[in-house]
Amino acid sequence: MEVLIAIIIVLMIAGSIYTLHSRDLLSAVISYGITGFGLVICFLLLQAPDLAIAQILVEIITLIIMISVIRISTREDVTERSTIHIKGVRYINMRTAAYIVTGAVFMIALLYFFMDATVLLDPFGVHQVRMSAAYMEVGAAITGSANLVAGVLFDFRAYDTLGEATILITAVIGILTVLRLKGRR
Amino acid sequence: MILYILCFILFLVGLYGVITRRNVIKIVLGICIMEYSLNLLLILIGYVDEGVAPIVVRETMASKFVDPLPQAMVLTVIVIGLATTAMLLAIAIRVYKKHGTFDIREIKNLKG
Repeated sequence: MEVLIAIIIVLMIAGSIYTLHSRDLLSAVISYGITGFGLVICFLLLQAPDLAIAQILVEIITLIIMISVIRISTREDVTERSTIHIKGVRYINMRTAAYIVTGAVFMIALLYFFMDATVLLDPFGVHQVRMSAAYMEVGAAITGSANLVAGVLFDFRAYDTLGEATILITAVIGILTVLRLKGRR
Repeated sequence: MILYILCFILFLVGLYGVITRRNVIKIVLGICIMEYSLNLLLILIGYVDEGVAPIVVRETMASKFVDPLPQAMVLTVIVIGLATTAMLLAIAIRVYKKHGTFDIREIKNLKG
């Protein structure tokens, strides 16, 4: 189980690295589907079917939006000027090298602190159910919903869902404002 | 433990994309990758060994459930993520119509 999920996450990492490095924006958007659908399989293996359904839906909608954005703009990626040529030999620009070193140090530091922090978490698979123990005991009886996720989402934490709906409406208003046909100068 | 670290490496890949890419669409993709890794981490924390999905059926009443609370929260996060992605892409397409390019350095130089 753990090995299977590890393999899928490694595949997701490879897919996202290809996404960020491909020359063509259309292939970047399509290979981004590796990450999304890998996440769907992880959700299914981790016993979260509601999330898998929602993630498939969101993934496909995102793909449609991104392809329509690329259709009305350009497929070409921005050309990178990270190397300079001196007498036919490619050298990495000094500024780029400084950026790379700084970024690598920063990311290794982040990884170190995260590994420090994982000591505080429970190991994978031996999670102690603390907050939702009460939900599991009486949730089905109180909410009348056989699916506890739906019960938590729409009954115990209904205000969160209300806030989510507010955010969705705000996003729709924002998109309509940004994409209005005639912009003011 | 190795799963948490792999998940964080996925987060770092997204962060790397946000920092180093110059194309606006690539930056949006990097943000989405970071969000996916965060969702995956929360679900990984809530998993219980040999647990079943938290759906109450008469036969599975006695067995263990995985934690339903992170699942409910991540469901919210997924939908909000769709809204933010659509918003970012709307801004990106607006920027492209105004400047004719996705390159953030040229957009910075053009001003306005």
